[in-house]
Amino acid sequence: MNSQNTTYDEMHGADGSVRSAYAGYAQWYEGQDQSWLRKQSTEAEGFFRRTGITFNVYGNDAGEERLIPFDMVPRIITADEWRKLARGIEQRVRALNAFLHDVYHRQEIVRAGKVPERLLRENDAYLPQMAGFVPPGGVYTHIVGVDLVRTGPDDFMVLEDNARTPSGVSYMLENRETMMAMFPELFSRVRVRPVSDYPRRLARSLAACAPPAFAARGTDRPTVAVLTPGIYNSAYFEHAFLADQMGAELVEGSDLRVVDGRIAMRTTRGFEPIDVLYRRVDDEYLDPLTFNPKSVLGVPGIMDVYRAGGITIANAPGTGIADDKAIYSFMPDIVEFYTGEKAILQNVPTWRCSEAESLAYVLDNLADLVVKEVHGSGGYGMLIGPTSSKKEIAAFAAKLRAKPDNYIAQPTLALSTCPIFTKSGLAPRHVDLRPFVLVSPNGVDITPGGLTRVALKKGSLVVNSSQGGGTKDSWVLED
Amino acid sequence: MLGRSAYGIFWMCRYLERAENTARLLEAGFRMALTRGDRTSTDEWRSVLVTMGLDEPYFEKGGELSPPHIFNYILRDKDNPGSVLSMIEGARTNARMVRTAITREVWEATNESWMILRDLLARPVRETNLGEVLGLIGRQCTYVRGALEGTMLRNEIFNFARIGTFLERADNTARILDVKYHVLLPSSAWVGSSLDHAQWETLLRSVAGDRAYRWLNAGRMDASGIAAFLILDQRFPKSLVFCYEKLRSNMASLARQYDGETRAHALLRDAGSRLHQTTIEDIVEVGLHEFITDFVDCNVEIANAISQDYRFTE
Repeated sequence: MNSQNTTYDEMHGADGSVRSAYAGYAQWYEGQDQSWLRKQSTEAEGFFRRTGITFNVYGNDAGEERLIPFDMVPRIITADEWRKLARGIEQRVRALNAFLHDVYHRQEIVRAGKVPERLLRENDAYLPQMAGFVPPGGVYTHIVGVDLVRTGPDDFMVLEDNARTPSGVSYMLENRETMMAMFPELFSRVRVRPVSDYPRRLARSLAACAPPAFAARGTDRPTVAVLTPGIYNSAYFEHAFLADQMGAELVEGSDLRVVDGRIAMRTTRGFEPIDVLYRRVDDEYLDPLTFNPKSVLGVPGIMDVYRAGGITIANAPGTGIADDKAIYSFMPDIVEFYTGEKAILQNVPTWRCSEAESLAYVLDNLADLVVKEVHGSGGYGMLIGPTSSKKEIAAFAAKLRAKPDNYIAQPTLALSTCPIFTKSGLAPRHVDLRPFVLVSPNGVDITPGGLTRVALKKGSLVVNSSQGGGTKDSWVLED
Repeated sequence: MLGRSAYGIFWMCRYLERAENTARLLEAGFRMALTRGDRTSTDEWRSVLVTMGLDEPYFEKGGELSPPHIFNYILRDKDNPGSVLSMIEGARTNARMVRTAITREVWEATNESWMILRDLLARPVRETNLGEVLGLIGRQCTYVRGALEGTMLRNEIFNFARIGTFLERADNTARILDVKYHVLLPSSAWVGSSLDHAQWETLLRSVAGDRAYRWLNAGRMDASGIAAFLILDQRFPKSLVFCYEKLRSNMASLARQYDGETRAHALLRDAGSRLHQTTIEDIVEVGLHEFITDFVDCNVEIANAISQDYRFTE
């Protein structure tokens, strides 16, 4: 695949003309003084540092806090494009929840022969503790991040579903704040749909999933808390930010214990029960009595309280089975099975290396493919064929032969580009998009926009912040 | 609020207060060294170490008795857990932990102060820029205090912040007095002896009270007057009586919000009334050192009681 010839640029057509989404922006941009823009670009960094919007990098100096670079050229989506995306996202998220319910109950989809039973049984993300249990409100994935890439005018594809604890929403919000502070006049010129009410919608959505025990308390508002692993976690800023914006308590495992069949937090007045726990701690660490016994991040006994209706855990434990990369390749079938409609959003073509024929193909074509670990995330442990040396490819092939089940492969996609601001003006870089979706018994709620991640290195296709990617403000235009 | 949040804001404010008072103490030592005829003398620097309780670890570590070594140790040495830099880091770590309990302004002021001082203290401080560094530490602490004062809701969170501040301040003032008591009350025959005015001046400077004292006393320096000023003057914001009055009002506010008092309230009431009923003559009679020792112990006891009563930790 030759990405140079076929790359779709969000702002410019092949002939250099400005696309309609960017008409207003381009007009504004032309009128700006370049040296002033350069100054603004440097100031943005100071702003982020002061606010403390940093993430901690694992495997780096202990506790080192880094900024995710921010690029000030927005990624712009038209109202029409968004309508279609939103329909596709809603359909997919409904299917994910239906799939989870089915997987932990009758497994109709396995009986129908659409998904191999082995994929569930042998999957660490499948939690037997969830079998036969319906989470409060019937919701499994309260918060979902759907990673989308674009390869052409009408070709949006889902690269990955994030159904566990998707992160990045604080960047969506802070990037918009930064843009509005830096270029207020731009927003009076171009009508952009707001994202700032996300925390309020999140709070409302979580409160709508209160557990049975809440009714017995006789108060009108469920107590919501955000569970963080603590200040050294890479996403701590986001945990604090969301708790703050929702007016919820930010708790750590050490603040919590089981009191009278509820999960209660140690306040200055004594222990007080929590109704809904938005946890940013992985399943494995959630309950040392049920999962990893060495965990100090969770709450001993929380799974028992959960199953007895004493608390809502968001997202529900065991949702990882739905965003597993091995399951991903079945998503078009999964969507159709539960919604009765064809999937609106395409999947990226995927070879399952567990299947002999696919494995042979993948081994023959490693130099052109992207190979990912089934359970990996964050851009770690993957091979990008076209940018790897022969030696790297050979080493990876050995790993792949040793444990084919552990890998899937995808073509190297010509991800769309969007300009970034550089010292010498605008320059195209590859981007993806992660919209954030809230699910409650009242429905599916998608905030218009999301987080656009951008590979800052020329030609690079890796947008992960842990691998040197940056972010952009993402605009959905008003009708 | 969470017990851990109360703990965090309490310690954030204690660390800030201690950082500021330490810088102030260094400034007084620096100033002494500049005005002294004998430039090689290190008495003042040594006394700064003693006041902070750092003399033993410093000399055990083999620290040289030279001003730059001493003030770098106090400001930024990694082996010194009580350095100004670790205080600032401690304040910032706690602020980060209680990010949801403080306003954006307070967080940004704390975070920015940490960024500035961390960069400033990344390299050894030279005598030529010591004054500038100390001044900046003071200004940054003032900035955070201003943000707290100007933006925080007056609820329990603010009360815990103030309680931390004034417990720490009372402790610091008491320690300064204790180390300097030989200057004030050197012997039974202290009355009328001609003491070194510069020493008194340093003492007052180290609590930022030199100008206030001169203004109140028309320039008259008098040992028992200075001791009375630092312990008993209700108008002076670093005096023990002032700190305890602030503790009282903040604890009273907690009692109102919590519909009841705790053991810490009782301890504070006893300590407060002892302080109010005492005179400088009584203190001299018991011995200043004995008075201070009792006071510091009692201060620690109150802090521990608050920590337990309000469930700071498990």
